Amino acid sequence: MDVIETIKQQLSQNPIILYMKGSPNAPQCGFSARTVQALMACGEKFAYVNILEHPEIRESLKTYSNWPTFPQLYVRGELVGGCDIVTEMYEKGELQSLVKDAVAQ
Amino acid sequence: MNKPVETELTQRLTQQFSPQVLQVENESHRHSVPPGSETHFKVVLVCDQFEGLRQVQRHQKIYQALASLMPSPVHALALHTFAPSEWKEQPEVPASPNCMGGSKHDKRDHA
Repeated sequence: MDVIETIKQQLSQNPIILYMKGSPNAPQCGFSARTVQALMACGEKFAYVNILEHPEIRESLKTYSNWPTFPQLYVRGELVGGCDIVTEMYEKGELQSLVKDAVAQ
Repeated sequence: MNKPVETELTQRLTQQFSPQVLQVENESHRHSVPPGSETHFKVVLVCDQFEGLRQVQRHQKIYQALASLMPSPVHALALHTFAPSEWKEQPEVPASPNCMGGSKHDKRDHA
């Protein structure tokens, strides 16, 4: 399958999906670690892709989203942001409601 | 000290956004790169253009302005973006995370 098609499928099949370096239990980067921590604190299940293991997704996603860095969090197929945005939203309580709404839908 | 990347970052952001506040901080020393590197930066940017835009859109505008600098030489960019009205209310910026060693085997693109 075409890489963009794979990405679209991942985004449509998973209401919450994090593209990160490493895994939630073993993040490979401080920015990914901080993001996954905020997301886990929201208490909902989420999907993740370790982009270090998927170089083709890593390259295509940057163009697809007009976003050159990782992590990237998507909720309901839409880019929420990277570490700075996700952390800030968590601190304001916005991430929790976004994530809960996404799962409830 | 010679800081070509930091200078280029500052120039481009100044031209593109005419910022009211612009802070560019080289945080490379906190990561696993040689001393004197210019790879990891933190940017605080306050400008009129950001009024009414969501954070994700603001960051996309910055990435667009810096496109040819990423992921090399700029590997990581912590962004803190404010519209002037927001900056007045809360001019506080959180600290960036420290390195976890991932870049020893991986040299590109995080933030």
